[in-house]
Amino acid sequence: MKTRSILAAAAALSLALTACGGETPAEDPTEGATNGAEVSPEGIDDGTELTMWTRAPLERQAKNAVEAYNATHENQVILEILPNDDVEGKVGGAIQTDTLPDILAGDVVRIPYWVEQGVFTDITDHISTLDVDNLQQGHIDAGTIDGRMHTLPFVTDISVMVWNKDLYEEAGLDPEQGPTTVGEFLEQAKAVADLGKDGVAGSYLAGQSGGALVFTLFPMMWASGEEPLGAGGTEANVASENAKAIYAAYNELANTSNGLGAGSKEETGATWTAPFQEGNIGVMQYPYTAVTGLFDTVDFEIGVAGIPGVDGNQSTFLGGDALGISRSSENVEQAWNFMSWLMSDEAQQTVFADNDDTASSLSVLENGYADADERTLIANATIKDGRTPVAIYFNEAFNAAGSNWQLLIQDAVWGDGSQVDTLNEEISATLGG
Amino acid sequence: MTAPSIIAGRTRSAHMRREAATGWAFATPVTVVLALLFFAPIVLVVIMSGSKWTLLGGNQGLNGVDNFSKVLADPMLLDSVWFTLKYTLLTTVILMPIALGLALLVQEARRWNNILRTAILVPSALGIASASVLFYALYSPQVGPINKVLADLGLMDQDSSLLGTPNGALWATVFLVVWRFAGFYMLLTMVGLQGIPQDVYEAARIDGASRWRTFTQVTLPLLKPTIAMTMIMSITGSLLAFDQFYVLTKGGPNNSTMTVVLLIYRYAFETKRDLGMAAALSVLVLLALVVINAIQLKAMGVSDKEDK
Repeated sequence: MKTRSILAAAAALSLALTACGGETPAEDPTEGATNGAEVSPEGIDDGTELTMWTRAPLERQAKNAVEAYNATHENQVILEILPNDDVEGKVGGAIQTDTLPDILAGDVVRIPYWVEQGVFTDITDHISTLDVDNLQQGHIDAGTIDGRMHTLPFVTDISVMVWNKDLYEEAGLDPEQGPTTVGEFLEQAKAVADLGKDGVAGSYLAGQSGGALVFTLFPMMWASGEEPLGAGGTEANVASENAKAIYAAYNELANTSNGLGAGSKEETGATWTAPFQEGNIGVMQYPYTAVTGLFDTVDFEIGVAGIPGVDGNQSTFLGGDALGISRSSENVEQAWNFMSWLMSDEAQQTVFADNDDTASSLSVLENGYADADERTLIANATIKDGRTPVAIYFNEAFNAAGSNWQLLIQDAVWGDGSQVDTLNEEISATLGG
Repeated sequence: MTAPSIIAGRTRSAHMRREAATGWAFATPVTVVLALLFFAPIVLVVIMSGSKWTLLGGNQGLNGVDNFSKVLADPMLLDSVWFTLKYTLLTTVILMPIALGLALLVQEARRWNNILRTAILVPSALGIASASVLFYALYSPQVGPINKVLADLGLMDQDSSLLGTPNGALWATVFLVVWRFAGFYMLLTMVGLQGIPQDVYEAARIDGASRWRTFTQVTLPLLKPTIAMTMIMSITGSLLAFDQFYVLTKGGPNNSTMTVVLLIYRYAFETKRDLGMAAALSVLVLLALVVINAIQLKAMGVSDKEDK
C-alpha cells in the first residue's frame, strides 16, 4: 500500500516535470509559494484541474476567458457561476467548511473586505513579476492591504452615458451630441420627457439598488471633482454641494411628468437596464458590457459618452470583478499560470478586445481596438479618468438592500432632501466599522 | 416463610431492571436524535453568540457580550420587532377566524364537501418559498395579471409595483400567507370539531339552545385546546416569518418590511456578515418565543391535565 503510493507520487512528480519542460525548479511547489523564494513568472501548467467561481452578470466574459485558456493549456479550469445575490453566502459557507475554489473572482467593491478577512492568498511576489503599470489599477488597489497584493483585474465593467438618438431627434435635440454637464443631462432628459409619449421617459434611476446607484452617480461626483469616499474608505462625502446639485437635477426630473421612467423609485436593480433597451428612455447611465450587446439588436440608434460632472469633465466607475487565489488553494502555482496568462496582451486581446469587451491592459486598450466600434473607443477613453471606490465596509454602507445610501437617494430624489446630511453621517459611521 | 418473599423480591427487582433497560432502549434513539439535531445546534448558537465569528473570517475567539450590545444598539432592531409584531397580529387576526369559518363550513358530510375541503387544502401542499415565487409573478407589473385588474378598477397605476409601497408590500404578503395557511389551519380546527362528542350537541338541542348559543357555549369552550394550539402555531410561525419576505420584498421597500428573522439573515449574509451578531439575535428571539408561548399557554388555560 505504502510503497505503491510512493511510487505513484514519484510517477506524478516526473510527469509534472516533463509537462513543464524543466522550466521550473524541481521543488515542492507549495513551499515555493509560501515563502515566496521560488516564484516562477508563469506558474505551472501540468494538467491540474482548477476550480473557479464567478458571478452571473459576468458569465459571458468569464466563459470566453476560461474557454480560451482551457484550449491552449494542460491545466483545465472548471468554472462555476454563482447568482449575484448568493455570492457572499456561498463564499462564507465555503470558508467555514474549507471548500473554497482555487480561483475566486468577486465584485470589486466587495474585494477589500474579503482581503481583510483573509479570503485570498498573498501573491505580492507573483504580481511583482508582471508589468503592473500596464494594468488597470483599480482592481489591484482594491486587493492591496498593508502593501501586500492579492488580486488582479478579471473583467472590467465601466459605466457610460447612453442616449437614444431616435428619441433625441424627435425631441429636436442634436442626436450626435450627448450631455457634457449635469445641467445638459437635465435639459436633454426633460426635452425627451416633454414629448409626452406613452411609456417614454427622460431618464431612469434604479432607486432601490444601492449598487446601481453607486455605479451611476459616483462618476458624476468624481467628474465634479468630489471624493465620495474619504480617509481611506472610512468616511463618506456624499452630501457635498456638487452631490446635492446632482440630486437636485434628479429631483427635478422626478417632479417632471415622464421625467424618470415608471418604476424608478421601486427599481431594485433586477430590471434597471430593461427600459432603455426597450427604447423608452432618453438618456441614462448604463453598464458598457450591457450596451455593446444592444448595438446590433435594438431598432434604434444609441449614442455613447463619458459620464459628466456638474461643470463638465467625465469619469466612470471601474467596476466588474477582480480575481485572486483563495487561501485554501493547494494549486497556487497552477492558478497563477491562469492569472498571469490572462494578464498577457495576447489574452487581453483575444478574450476581451476582440469581443468588444473592456480590456484591463492599458496597451491593449490603446492599440487593440482598431476594428472596434467607434463607441467602444469613446468608452475606453474614459477609463483613464475612472475610479474604483475602495472601502472595507463598502457593501454594508452602499450595496446592501436598504442601505443608508439607498435611503439617502430615496430622500434626495423622491423626498424633500432634508435627511441627506444625517444619512451621510450614518454612512460614515458604517464605513468606520 | 421468608424465602419465597426474598425470591419474589429478587425476581421483581430483576424484572424492573429489565423493564428499565427496555425503556432506555426505546428512549435512546429519540434522545440521540434530539441531542444531535436540537440541543447541539442550540449550544453551538449560544457559543457563537458569545464569539467574534465572521462569515468570511471564521471563529476568532470569545468576546463576551459584544454581539448582544451591537445587536441592541442597531436602530433597525426596533423597527423590525415592531413590524414583526404588526405582521403577526394581522395574520393571526385574519387567519384564525377564516380557518374556523371554513372548518364549520365543511365539517358536516355534505355532497360537495370533499371537493371543497381538498380545494382549500391544496395550497398547504405547496412550499412557502414556492408559493412566494408564484405570488411574486402574480404581483409583477410586467407579467402578473393582478396589476391590470387593480389598474382597471382605478385602485393603482398600471406601471407601479404592488410591492413598491410599504403598505402594498405588507398586505400582499398577508394575502399570500392567508391563502397558503387557511387550509392547513382549517384541517386542524376540523379535527378539533370532530373530537367534540355528539351527545353534548344533542343535550343542547333538547335544552332548546339556539345555533348561536350552541356555538358560543358548547363548540367554542370545547374547542379551546385546539384554538390554543392553532394560535400558538400561527403566532410562532408569524414571528419567525422569513421565506415569504425574502422572496417577495427582501425587506423593502426601504426596509419597511424587515422581520426579525430577515434581520438575522442580513446580519449573517448581507450587511454585517457577522455570524456572532446573527447568533446573538437568534438567542434573543428564542428567549422571547419561550416567554411568549408560556404566557399564551397560561392565558388559554391549557395545562398538562387537559391534554390527558
